[in-house]
Parts: sequence; structure tokens; C-alpha cells
Amino acid sequence: MFSYCSDPDLLSGLTWLSCYLTTGKHMLFYQSFFVVLLLLAITAPAALAFGFGGAMAARSRIAPLSWLGKLYISAVRGVPDIAFFLFFVIALDQGFEYLRHQVICPDWTDPIRQGNDFVVCDAAKLPLNSAPQWQHEIYGFFTAILTYAIVFGAFAANVLFGAMRAVPKAQLETAEAYGMSRKQTFWRVLVPQMWIYALPGLSNLWMVLIKATPLLFLLGIEDIVYWARELGATKQARFSDYPHGDWRLWYFLALLVFYLAFTRLSEIVLDRLTQRLSKGQAFAGGVA
Amino acid sequence: MKKLVLTTAVLAITAGAAFAASHGKTIRMGTEGAYAPYNFLDDNGEVAGFERELGDELCARAELTCEWVTNEWDSIIPNLVSGNYDTIMAGMSITAERDEVIDFTQGYTQPDPSVYLAMSDDVDLAGGVIAAQTSTIQAAFIAASGATLVEFATPEETIAAVKNGEADAVLADKSFLEPIAAEDSDLMMLAQQELIGGGVGMGVRESDGELREKFDAAITSMKEDGTLNALIEKWGVGEPF
Repeated sequence: MFSYCSDPDLLSGLTWLSCYLTTGKHMLFYQSFFVVLLLLAITAPAALAFGFGGAMAARSRIAPLSWLGKLYISAVRGVPDIAFFLFFVIALDQGFEYLRHQVICPDWTDPIRQGNDFVVCDAAKLPLNSAPQWQHEIYGFFTAILTYAIVFGAFAANVLFGAMRAVPKAQLETAEAYGMSRKQTFWRVLVPQMWIYALPGLSNLWMVLIKATPLLFLLGIEDIVYWARELGATKQARFSDYPHGDWRLWYFLALLVFYLAFTRLSEIVLDRLTQRLSKGQAFAGGVA
Repeated sequence: MKKLVLTTAVLAITAGAAFAASHGKTIRMGTEGAYAPYNFLDDNGEVAGFERELGDELCARAELTCEWVTNEWDSIIPNLVSGNYDTIMAGMSITAERDEVIDFTQGYTQPDPSVYLAMSDDVDLAGGVIAAQTSTIQAAFIAASGATLVEFATPEETIAAVKNGEADAVLADKSFLEPIAAEDSDLMMLAQQELIGGGVGMGVRESDGELREKFDAAITSMKEDGTLNALIEKWGVGEPF
């Protein structure tokens, strides 16, 4: 990056470090921090939406819908995250490709499953084989977000389901007495008041979600853990301009600091939010 | 929410359909990127090494457009068969077990002997603790030999295990361990060699016979005109053909 970096062998001390920390590989490492933050920024509202949908379904008066909501909540919560992460990414990907295959290549006669192989026609590949690598990465990122949203949505659904039931009955009865329909009661009385009950559970989930981002690495996305491990690994002079020993400890220490700082920041913001939502409430963090 | 799910599903199905007409097949080459000198990431984060140079040349000869992707070693075969990429060039030895799941081209290196790397000469190879990377021929060899096997997901961790005393020695391909032994004065290569594996080949899906033949022909032509030997020598990955 700097002009004096052309011959790293002659450098030492801070100049060496400044060159080392600005290699192309390190730039990819720094970028991956934004990938993680972006993932959180998109996943959190998406998971909340899944959770809201799940909770609404579970409360539904239509029995099959309610079963479906409850099944979603308990099934996803009951299976280890990691199993779901590994399952969904393959299942979603193959599911999408299978659907596209049916639409795009109806004349295809070969079986899709050939022994171990999953073969769809070239045009049905997602993304296409000829697509540039960034499209593959965006697609991988998208399936990752969907997977996170499904898994964390189930937990959020459970939290919101409980929060909806925690709103005092008297409030709902009063709404009814005023002549509000069920729908009006739900949107005007229940939903605005449930957040304060949901917040402790949701903030907990947010923390868990932050800590779950290294699982991205399992989904084949080159996240901060991947790059920390790759950069920290021993480099021999034959294969790198910046040979060094096993520095993984230092890279992981940097990750530790990043995650700690980020969760601390989240705590502060969530505390403020709790105070704000408690205004005028005589319970759960209020003045009682 | 339902609308959102539906829209994304529709998008996913239709996206790229426009591109479909303009094909010209791109071959995606899967590799690990952590096994120098076969394949590793250079300072710019690009795939480099023996297999990068060889693969690019093979693609040029087979008149294919190729793109490199990295994937964890653990899941490198499952992701090939489910179609995330089309070939594996990751220092993968041709074995009967792997051949049941995927197909290999002819080998592009000679069988590389496996060697032990340890902190001292007097390691008990028959009864000691030996490190190896998961699902490698070396791991299978140690498991069968009676020594205690400790497995790691990456080659880097196998070396670290020896250095911090968790394992007495590590067993891996000679061409991988040689540069490490040369640069680290604490580690030494033991005299004993194990002749396992049948050379490294390119892995392709069993249903992809046409692609395998193209690469096979390209490898043959590189063997015949000596360019493959020049690459083998340059990167030090075993004996020339």
C-alpha cells in the first residue's frame, strides 16, 4: 500500500508492521468486519419479523395455523443450532435449484440425484456457474441471513408469544369494552405494550446472535474468524513476503476485544431502550 | 412476511434466468487454500501455489474459463457433489475410498511419501500420539497403525499441536512438511517415511465424465511436453514424472 513496502525484507519495526497490516489479505480481513456488522443489521429485523409472524401464528384462533406456529417454535428451538445451520444451507440451496430446474429445464430427462451427485441443468444453477465470484458470495450471504433469521426467529417468536400473554388482561378487556375489534385491540393495545415484556428476552437474543456470527464460517462465508485463522497461521518465507510464526493467538485476541466492545455497546443501547420503554409503566424496570 | 418470502422465492427462481442464454461454461475450481506448496492464499488473499499454476494452465489447454473458490477441507467433497463447484484441486490423493464418492483424473504428481515432523528424534511412532488432518490418507494410516491419532481441521493446527506438546509428531505429505522443517529450527523431519497414497489428482463429480476427460487430456499433454515436470520442480511437490 505504501511506496516503501515494495521490498519488505529490508524493513523492520513499525514500518514493517505498517506494511504487514495493509496487505491485500489484511484488507479482506478488515472488510469481513463490515460483513459481520451487515449480517447483524439485516438479520436482526428479519429474525424479529419471523418471530412476530411465528408468535402471531401460534396465537391464532385457526387451529392449523396455531399448530404450525407452535411447531415452528418448538422444532427449531429443540434442534442444535449447528445442525440447522448445516442443514438449511444445503437444503435451501438445493431446494432453490430444484425449483428453478423444474421451471427452466422441463425437457431434462436425466435424474437430478445421480448417486451422490446433485445435478441440475446449467441454466438452473444458482448463481450460474459463469456468474462472477461476488454473486456467489452475495448468494451465500443471503442463504446465511435466511438461515439465521429462521433459527433466531423461532426464539424471538417464543419471547414475543410470552410477551403478548404478559400484557394485563384488564387492558384488553377495556379495549373490548370501548368497542374495538380483535384486530384493533391487537395492533393498538397489545402490540405497543408487549415490547417492554419482550425486551429482556430480545436483548438476550441479540447478544446470542452477536456471538453466533462466527458460525458464518461454517456456512462457507469468509468472516472475521476465517481471516483471523488464515492470517495468524505460520507463514514461510517461500510463500509470503511477510514470514512469521504462529500468530493466531494475537488475531483471536483482537476478535475477543472486538466482540467484547460490541456487546458492551449493545448493552448500553439496550439499557437506554429499556428506560425509554418503561416510561409511564409501573412495572418491569419502572419506578413501581 | 408471507409476501416477502414469496417475493424472495420468485426472485431466486427468476434471477439469473436472463444470464442463462449467454453461456460459455465457467468451471469453478474448489481448493482449500491452506496447504502450501500445493495451494495457499498469497499476501493479497488470492489462491496461489502449485495447483493454482497447474489448474490455470490446464484450463487454458482445455479451453475452459476457470474461477477459483476456497472451501474448508472437511466439507470439500460434499460441496463438490452438491454442485457448489466443479473440481477439487486441493492436494487430494487418489484413494479407493474417495473414488467411491467422486471421480479422479489421472494423477498430476507422483505418489508423495508421507513423513513425520517432530521436536526430537526419539519419538515412539508405534505407540505415541500422532497428529494428522481430518479425513486425510495420513489420518487413516495412523488410525490403522495402532498409534494414538489426534485429528485437526487444518494443517496449521497439526503443526501447532506438535509445537505445544499435544502430539509427539505430525504425519503429512513430505512436500508440505519440508519447507516448515527448513524454516523452524525446533522441528525436525524423521527418517522414517510412509508410502501411502497414489499421487494427487483432480476430483470431479462422477456424473461429469466429459469434464474429467477434458482435464485428463490436458494433464496428458502437460506430461508429454514436460511443462508439468517443470512446475513440480518449481514448487517442490515430489518427484517428476
